[in-house]
Amino acid sequence: MSGLIGKKIGMTSLYNADGQALACTVIQAGPCVVTQVRSEEKDGYKALQLAFGEKKEKNTTMPMLGHFKKAGTTPKQKVVEFKYFEVDHELGTTLSIQDLFIEGDFVDVIGNAKGRGFQGVVKRHGFAGVGGQTHGQHNRARHPGSIGACSFPSRVFKGIRMGGRMGNNRVKIQNLRVLKVIPEQNLLVVSGSVPGSKNSFVIIEK
Amino acid sequence: MSELIKLVEATVENRKAEYPNFKAGDTINIHVKIKEGAKERIQLFQGTVIQRRNLSTTGETFTVRKISNGVGVERIFPILSPSIAKIELIRRGKVRRARLFYLRGRQGKAARIKELKTTK
Repeated sequence: MSGLIGKKIGMTSLYNADGQALACTVIQAGPCVVTQVRSEEKDGYKALQLAFGEKKEKNTTMPMLGHFKKAGTTPKQKVVEFKYFEVDHELGTTLSIQDLFIEGDFVDVIGNAKGRGFQGVVKRHGFAGVGGQTHGQHNRARHPGSIGACSFPSRVFKGIRMGGRMGNNRVKIQNLRVLKVIPEQNLLVVSGSVPGSKNSFVIIEK
Repeated sequence: MSELIKLVEATVENRKAEYPNFKAGDTINIHVKIKEGAKERIQLFQGTVIQRRNLSTTGETFTVRKISNGVGVERIFPILSPSIAKIELIRRGKVRRARLFYLRGRQGKAARIKELKTTK
């Protein structure tokens, strides 16, 4: 596996060779700095820790400041570990978009989905609702219906899908095609949508 | 909109300047490239423009309506679509609104649009 940390910029549309319009997401990916190298001998597994995004020194805690200093870099906003990175890199190396991605690649993008607040079962779990407005039904069009039997088991089973907080969870979207790479501005254009709001951090894995 | 998105959109080939300046009510003839296996041919689609949407963005589209064998057919084209080979302006129409959805309920004589005659 290899990957980068990026920032979601927004969405637009591009055309493919057949003249079809494709919805796509623009991501500013990298440059990322290697801030820690985990090794088999010392940590029991191989991994690279990458850091992305500039941050003010006064807003950085002392332990993190020391951590970044060790890698010989300025303080960064987001730090992510990538397990079993394909290529070995030295501490302090800068990884750019053109080192990893080319047009036509398939990537996975991980982000934190937008929070939806308290949602009912129709939106949250895709329930169909009650359906009709007739047969005496008047006030439960989007209700879940029955949540279990009666005197046996005399309780509601654990894990029954109900309304509740939705979104604001980690979501991975797999197999998005890379439509364009613009190395001058570190831009990566992938087909389809990506979890999260604009300017939120995303992890791009290959 | 973000400058970075504009940068990505700038990579889309923009041939809008080659097309005539048409609007709702105009009759246009669109040369559409159609791929059949390895071959490519041109198909014509002639009809009345009933709307133009999202003007001056890369997502701009226009809808063309025609009556084919007595059945109304509407086709939506993205204006930057590479499958459009050419657009010809056939007739300018005199209409008082930007979206001519009222044409959908009309047939024959009732669906006529007066020609816009420009005076010099």
